[in-house]
Amino acid sequence: MESRFRVLFLIVAMIGLSGCAATKNLFGFDNESAPPPSAEGPGQVIDPEVERREIKEPAIDREDFEIGAFAGIMSIEDFGSDIVYGARLAYHITDGFFVEGTVGRTEAGLTSFEVLSGGARLITDSQRTLTYYNLNLGYNILPGEVFIGEGRAYNTNLYLIAGLGSTRFAGDDRFTVNFGAGYRFLLTDSVALHLDFRDHLFDIDLLGEEKTVHNLEGHLGFTVFF
Amino acid sequence: MSEPSITTIPSTPRLTRSSPSRFGGLVAVVVLQILLAASPLQAADKYRSVAVADPYLELHTGPGRGYPIFHVVDRGESVEIIMQRTDWFLVRADDAKEGWVKREQMEQTLQPDGERVSFERANLQDFTNAKWETGILAGDFGGANIISLYGGYSLNPFVSLEVWGSQILGNFSNGWMGSVNVVHEAWPDWRISPFFTLGAGVIRTEPKSTIIQAEDRTDQIGHVGAGFRIYATRRFLLRAEYKSYVVFTSRDENEEVEEWKVGFAFFF
Repeated sequence: MESRFRVLFLIVAMIGLSGCAATKNLFGFDNESAPPPSAEGPGQVIDPEVERREIKEPAIDREDFEIGAFAGIMSIEDFGSDIVYGARLAYHITDGFFVEGTVGRTEAGLTSFEVLSGGARLITDSQRTLTYYNLNLGYNILPGEVFIGEGRAYNTNLYLIAGLGSTRFAGDDRFTVNFGAGYRFLLTDSVALHLDFRDHLFDIDLLGEEKTVHNLEGHLGFTVFF
Repeated sequence: MSEPSITTIPSTPRLTRSSPSRFGGLVAVVVLQILLAASPLQAADKYRSVAVADPYLELHTGPGRGYPIFHVVDRGESVEIIMQRTDWFLVRADDAKEGWVKREQMEQTLQPDGERVSFERANLQDFTNAKWETGILAGDFGGANIISLYGGYSLNPFVSLEVWGSQILGNFSNGWMGSVNVVHEAWPDWRISPFFTLGAGVIRTEPKSTIIQAEDRTDQIGHVGAGFRIYATRRFLLRAEYKSYVVFTSRDENEEVEEWKVGFAFFF
């Protein structure tokens, strides 16, 4: 009985192994587990070669990512304007294109209706906090330099961004499209100031019928490349 | 060019491009410089030094198209590479001038041992063989908007595993979805590479407050799909896909949902 199981097990194992081989190393384990060809003994001819290679490739510091924070003013349609603050992370793909993620938060004020009617409230206080996230594609459309005095030159970029995201406001998550333009002022090769203007569009039916609202934001930011 | 007075570490980032001894700089600039000097800086000998093999190496004022050449380094002289951003390298010449050099020119420089320098650059080969991939897609999920983020790991060029997280934003309900996929590419070396996918996960649905009998629920999902990975440039690819979902609800009938998405991704 036991030997029959053993035969069965061996057949299954063989089919499994040959199957893996036939599907061109389906799970890629072989690459890791296969021992390196051990033809060369502890030869001294090889060692200096390897060491020289290591010296030859010191890592170059890549600074394609940009992280930072921003603060400014955001207007929520019908709800007035308030301070907005948030954070940004960008990855520069080429010297033209970059992708960017932003998160931000602001507070909604009272609508004109709420002010005129006295006590009536359309939404609760906790629903007045607006938070958003956006994933954007950006393009440095006007790279350039500015000169302060005669002895200083700073690199700058005027860029356009557009993207998608979600806005949590008035008790709901709302699909949001945003677009805008920004100005990047590089204080050094790794530190930048930003001035950004953006429009966030989403649908809202709070005041009767559903409509698309424009929510304008302007902010100043500070970022570091890493 | 005189060194900034705050530090004598030679690797202090450049703040001015030419004769800085005008007047004291802006206060912000000085504060920044102190901040940067205080942060751990790489020692100068860590930088990679290369010799110019072309007749000359052109130093631009910025890392991008259009920035003018303000300095050249002659053949035989050496420069230190301080950093790389996209396809540009910030280098320092012997006379302490710093500028940005294009990749094409950097590849014409020599190692200290006389060998040509080769800088790693992603290509179609890496598109096929890269282990990791991450991207963002957006589209339509049964009439609602969907935004998805995914990360994938290739077991081999043909098969990879992916983890997805999505936010669904609809007129009547919102939700979140997470799933694990197996993706199979039949021709991974093609520039436009078709794939098939199979997966399972969970979906959380939150009906909007204005709908009666609003009740949040979490259901299991299974899906099949197909799509294309399209190599664009460098580490960048475009991706378009269709998935057909079955939502295993607690009611008598299962729901079927169709999803279309497009987006972009990187491999590394």
